[in-house]
Amino acid sequence: MSNALNELGAHIEAKRPDCVLGWAVTLDELNVDVALASIVGLVEFLKTDRTCRFTTLVDITAVDYPERAKRFDVVYHVLSMYQNQRIRLRVAVREEDMVPSITDLHASANWFEREVFDMFGILFSGHPDLRRILTDYGFRGHPLRKDFPTTGYTEVRYDEVQKRVVYEPVNLVQEYRQFDFMSPWEGAEYILPGDEKKEEAK
Amino acid sequence: MMDGSKFEDALTGEQKIRNFNLNFGPQHPAAHGVLRLVLELDGEIVERCDPHIGLLHRGTEKLMESRTYLQNLPYLDRLDYVAPMNQEHAWCLAIEKLTGVEVPRRASLIRVMFSEIGRILNHLLNVTTQAMDVGALTPPLWGFEEREKLMEFYERACGARLHAAYFRPGGVHQDLPDALIDDIETWAKAFPKVVDDIDGLLTENRIFKQRNADIGIVTEEDIQNWGFSGVMVRGSGLAWDLRRAQPYECYDEFDFQIPVGKHGDCYDRYLVRMEEMRQSLSIIHQCIEKLRAPEGRGDILSRGKITPPKRAEMKTSMEALIHHFKLYTEGFRVPEGEVYAAVEAPKGEFGVYLVADGTNRPYRAKLRAPGFLHLQAMDHVAVGHQLADVAAIIGTMDVVFGEIDR
Repeated sequence: MSNALNELGAHIEAKRPDCVLGWAVTLDELNVDVALASIVGLVEFLKTDRTCRFTTLVDITAVDYPERAKRFDVVYHVLSMYQNQRIRLRVAVREEDMVPSITDLHASANWFEREVFDMFGILFSGHPDLRRILTDYGFRGHPLRKDFPTTGYTEVRYDEVQKRVVYEPVNLVQEYRQFDFMSPWEGAEYILPGDEKKEEAK
Repeated sequence: MMDGSKFEDALTGEQKIRNFNLNFGPQHPAAHGVLRLVLELDGEIVERCDPHIGLLHRGTEKLMESRTYLQNLPYLDRLDYVAPMNQEHAWCLAIEKLTGVEVPRRASLIRVMFSEIGRILNHLLNVTTQAMDVGALTPPLWGFEEREKLMEFYERACGARLHAAYFRPGGVHQDLPDALIDDIETWAKAFPKVVDDIDGLLTENRIFKQRNADIGIVTEEDIQNWGFSGVMVRGSGLAWDLRRAQPYECYDEFDFQIPVGKHGDCYDRYLVRMEEMRQSLSIIHQCIEKLRAPEGRGDILSRGKITPPKRAEMKTSMEALIHHFKLYTEGFRVPEGEVYAAVEAPKGEFGVYLVADGTNRPYRAKLRAPGFLHLQAMDHVAVGHQLADVAAIIGTMDVVFGEIDR
């Protein structure tokens, strides 16, 4: 299995050296890092090349790494039903970058790109209809960014007086708790509750 | 153009005709949940179809980022709530792939058996409610009776009828009693009669055929362009099944056929689902046989750090007690890496893309639902059909909003 993947990785790199920044086979899966500008070209190559025929787009998603300069990884999964292989393509993207849309090559990319736009705020250039998809009509913010709170900013309820659903800022009875399981012996970087007084005394 | 611009002799505005926009759903019984379709109709012919989804969006992927791997497992049940265990399976496979855990044989067999029960659960619901969408009322009544029996098996295995949380990373939660296996066998022997009954009601039924044959035809090109999977592919003649193409668990040792359709229309997809139920039954029978064989009687969890210790051990061993406490509070850690694990869920390819950062919580989990892609192609498939066919097409696309909206 991984032999075939290694051959495939080498083949892609040999044919498209300008697109591929690097590739590796980990856990029996082929990962290819792709330059942002050449993603459309590579997807097209993978779709049309005789030895690849990655004609099915399985998934497009993104991962947010706020501490990186190129904040997002846009991840494409493609499948070849003919070769019975899968490839993962990763594109590192800055927050202000536009990602070229692949809707012309894969019609199924339409909703995936809308979802990535909705959830991460990554813009796709050349997309025919870049609306929000999963969140509410008129929603603001991009929920899957790491700096978006899990509780969100607004909550809705039905108002008996106005006879309609009203939006209000979130009002939490108790602060939303993110549990930290790093024990102090493992070098946790936070101050334990009560220890802040010790700092003040000094 | 039907907007009336060509009728120069129209005297009043009433005589001019324009296309009719119709909101289908979100509370329509044939929408299979909370689907809102904005349809543009020219008479009764659909000209444009814009599905609005997200009405059941619960932010599962965001919630998963702040919970441990084990706490996240029940969220998977709530995606495709028609066949919950198949989703859990993908989650467990992803974690097992990252941690390199071997699942014991008995657990593997139990998983296969319950995955197939899930497939029958799903197809029963889909086939019969799709028949209801096109006008038949009896099939859902008969089908739901069988679903009830199957959910009882769910309940006897794990305590819950729907939201099972039964598959765990490293195996399954609890062992099956022999009596349950006997009862599943008794049921599996009687079930072909029920399939034949539904078959007799629908397959040669004139109305059912008229409503489904040549409706919503999917070609091989569509499959590639729109990323279809599961029955949507097999109905069009491609024998693509992940259980066979990329075997996971122990599917490679089972003997089963992959039914394929010829025309790729709604009727063929119905036939494929009926045959898949029969194939699943054969897999269940093989599972029961293997579970009764001596090599099928072992532990049901790989006893390591990602699974709890045995209850009896906890009574005597301090280490086991600490292990249990740490597992259910802190959870286990998964080594850094990313993985995509896919299973052949009843609706198609259900995948989990997991990015782990070495802590006890996933850094990012993306759930890839088959219905998302199928519904996306609604505009492509439904255009040119009549309004009444939209219900038939949604039915055979097999959409469930738990997994589409996540």
